[in-house]
Amino acid sequence: MPATTGSRTRPAGPTGLRNLTHHTLFWPVVALVALLVANTIFSPDFLSVSILDGHLFGAPIDILRNSAPLLLVSLGMTLVIATRGIDLSVGAVVAIAGALSLSFIATAPDPGAVSTVIIAIAIALGLCLVLGIWNGFLVSVVGIQPIIATLILMTAGRGVAMLITEGQITTVTSAPFKTLGAGFWLGLPAAALIAYGVYLIVALITRRSALGMLVEAVGINPSASRLAGVRARTIVWTVFALSGLFSGLAGLILASNVMAADANNAGLFIELDAILAVVIGGTSLQGGKFSLSGTLVGVLIITTLTLTVTIVGISPLVTPLFKALVVIAVTLLQSPRVRDKLAARARQRAARPEEVAA
Amino acid sequence: MTSSPSADRPVVEMSGISIEFPGVKALDQVDFRLFPGEVHALMGENGAGKSTLIKALTGVYGIDAGRIVVDGAEHRFSGPGEAQDAGIATVYQEVNLCENLTVAENIMLGHEPRRLGAIDWRAARRAAAEHLATMGLDIDPASSLGSHSIAIQQLVAISRAMVVDAKVLILDEPTSSLDADEVAQLFAVVRRLRDQGVAVLFVSHFIEQVYEISDRMTVLRNGQRVGEYRTDELDRLELVSTMIGRSMDVLEDLQVSTEHTVDAEQGATPYLSAVGLGRKGDVRPFDLDVYAGEVVGLAGLLGSGRTEVARLLSGADRADSGTTRIKDVPTRLRNPRAAISQGIAFSSEDRKSEGVVGDLTVRENIVLGLQAGRGWMRRLPRRQVDEIVEKYMAALNVRPANPDALLRNLSGGNQQKVLLARWLATAPELLILDEPTRGIDVGAKAEIQKLVAELASQGMAVVFISAELEEVLRLSHRIGVMRDRRKVAEIVNSEDVGVDDVVELIASGGEH
Ligand SMILES: Nc1ncnc2c1ncn2[C@@H]1O[C@H](COP(=O)(O)OP(=O)(O)OP(=O)(O)O)[C@@H](O)[C@H]1O
Ligand SMILES: [Mg+2]
Repeated sequence: MPATTGSRTRPAGPTGLRNLTHHTLFWPVVALVALLVANTIFSPDFLSVSILDGHLFGAPIDILRNSAPLLLVSLGMTLVIATRGIDLSVGAVVAIAGALSLSFIATAPDPGAVSTVIIAIAIALGLCLVLGIWNGFLVSVVGIQPIIATLILMTAGRGVAMLITEGQITTVTSAPFKTLGAGFWLGLPAAALIAYGVYLIVALITRRSALGMLVEAVGINPSASRLAGVRARTIVWTVFALSGLFSGLAGLILASNVMAADANNAGLFIELDAILAVVIGGTSLQGGKFSLSGTLVGVLIITTLTLTVTIVGISPLVTPLFKALVVIAVTLLQSPRVRDKLAARARQRAARPEEVAA
Repeated sequence: MTSSPSADRPVVEMSGISIEFPGVKALDQVDFRLFPGEVHALMGENGAGKSTLIKALTGVYGIDAGRIVVDGAEHRFSGPGEAQDAGIATVYQEVNLCENLTVAENIMLGHEPRRLGAIDWRAARRAAAEHLATMGLDIDPASSLGSHSIAIQQLVAISRAMVVDAKVLILDEPTSSLDADEVAQLFAVVRRLRDQGVAVLFVSHFIEQVYEISDRMTVLRNGQRVGEYRTDELDRLELVSTMIGRSMDVLEDLQVSTEHTVDAEQGATPYLSAVGLGRKGDVRPFDLDVYAGEVVGLAGLLGSGRTEVARLLSGADRADSGTTRIKDVPTRLRNPRAAISQGIAFSSEDRKSEGVVGDLTVRENIVLGLQAGRGWMRRLPRRQVDEIVEKYMAALNVRPANPDALLRNLSGGNQQKVLLARWLATAPELLILDEPTRGIDVGAKAEIQKLVAELASQGMAVVFISAELEEVLRLSHRIGVMRDRRKVAEIVNSEDVGVDDVVELIASGGEH
């Protein structure tokens, strides 16, 4: 309980290699590559991409497209977690976005019109932003713990989605809306372009402006940040709002994929996948330092894993177990304590081969 | 006094200890012995390796080379828990307790008395109260630890170490935020333990305290052992020059002029003027003027309200009565940010929980205040950042001089310097310093005092709080005296005012 063992990394052996294996992204990237290799062994043309009708096709493209919603949700989740928070309501927000947009299009006089679709998107995103602001308000102004504050929307949100769809699974036909999830722009899946575009913008903003540093400062030591004049409250509020907005966008993509608003199942458990992606990527649930590139790798691992399960033909029943194993392996290898233990053992063996490690 | 140490076998013997962190050789072939029944001071500048040596002994850090013998047997503890089981009780430099538990829980954690297998909380609270009493502490064991000041928390941490029947007691800067009375109390306990045969390892930057309590000392410099001395065979000047590796006249030549340059009576407007400012339960309404170019010291005992005054002036806490005028304009300081935008900087006494952002680098920590003021969108240009960081790291002699080091990896004193740098970098008009030299070594302390005096002479208004009255007297033009959460007197400092006068004022509560 007193002074915890600070994570010490000490060079021993070839420093370059050591630095590489000690990079927080080393093991996640190894896991991703291993997954891709395993898939390629199983089906040799796994990594091949072909052009059909001017569009790119193949498993890598599928991974890109399928990862879009999770990437968006995880992006907001990373920022929220960095400020010591957590957002459990993302799945419900996904459902609300889908329900609202599709219900609006369904009742509009001209579901196929671009203008209808744009208004639908704007309304849905607007509501999701408001929901994010609501979460942020509960956490930063009222002072409710994030896990409780977002639990409220997590449970109530699906009810709201049900109200919007009136308990039906609304199916719609609207070509422009379908583009969002299933269409192609410049030969690439539109969904992927949107998600990766947003990802790039956020990554640029956090690292080029001072936002990243201030978010981390708030996550590492909130009271010190407050005394240093950081607008801790505004920052926490903002990241929750962004999380709502990005989840809304993810919800639109998912809804457009199936063109049906399923209030019960849309985005079900996506909060768990997102939290996993963030943790695999090396951002600690204790807040503070965050890694958006880590989150990206985490998202790709989870998406590839899901795809692998289908390709290899493993029963979907074992998917969660399979996922759990990968997650345990990656997080163990990343844990500073495990690393220290491994490093200490290697060092003691090297230094005093005749003695048993104490 | 005790028997000559050399007659006994050392209870702790460390030989050839080396520890290297990336880029820093923290300990280099260090030998160290600790005998039963002695108080042994471990001396050295900030970053010399004192805390690291302690952590090597207690297993917080693994060692790269060397042998550790405790009670005749070689040990390599894998963590502080193991060391504690072997009879080594440690109070680390950064108080490491659970703020949201009660005082009693913190003291008894891991040693709770049990009845029928369940923890007997009443007995635990009683035992805790007894331990507090031996430390001369009169606080409610059932109160939450977080509600107490850092000094009280430090005393609670020491009480906690006393719970174990230890052969070795390690105290890493236990007195850094204590008043004379608490120090005396602590030393009485230390002496008693020593006479019972406990070996005490003591770290402090207060030279006088070291001479008062220690029998022997070991001096470290840059991670190397310079030597081991009997305290009565090494005088203060020799000690200091052994520590810093050259002769020391800085202490002598620090003649800060406290002549009043700005005179309150000349009718100038104060930079900040508090009228009837107060907060229920913290501090009774008080008046205080601070003029540009002067240092106003706050003197008072622990818990007298001196920190609370600073917190009201800086917006860290919100006042519930009275008004603050800044340059004659009534201003509400609703939060620290509002104060900062008025040019007020506040360095808290609680370094760990209100200052250090450990996982950020030294560079980021220094510019944090400045950047926060600009908002997230207007990021400070890299060139400007580097200039500022370089300037203040040099001015305060932050070591290692590596702006990319994580702040949590710096030694305690160097962390404190970085926090000062953070506030100086904001170029404040009013600088409020609560225990700014806490844990800072003799040389650097003199430098910082000089810097504060210099800033004031260039027109900065400064409020200076320290448990060390000498320091307050040396720097201040005027001194506000606090007692029982009330400002009881205000005196103009001059040659004729001595520590005794201030002590007298504190004791009498200003009623002559
Ligand atoms: N976990 C760590 N990682 C990297 N460097 C470290 C770590 N801990 C300590 N150091 C470095 O080791 C050196 C010795 O630090 P240490 O904390 O032992 O100093 P100290 O003598 O206790 O100083 P102070 O009087 O300021 O408390 C410093 O240069 C410090 O930066
Ligand atoms: Mg130290």
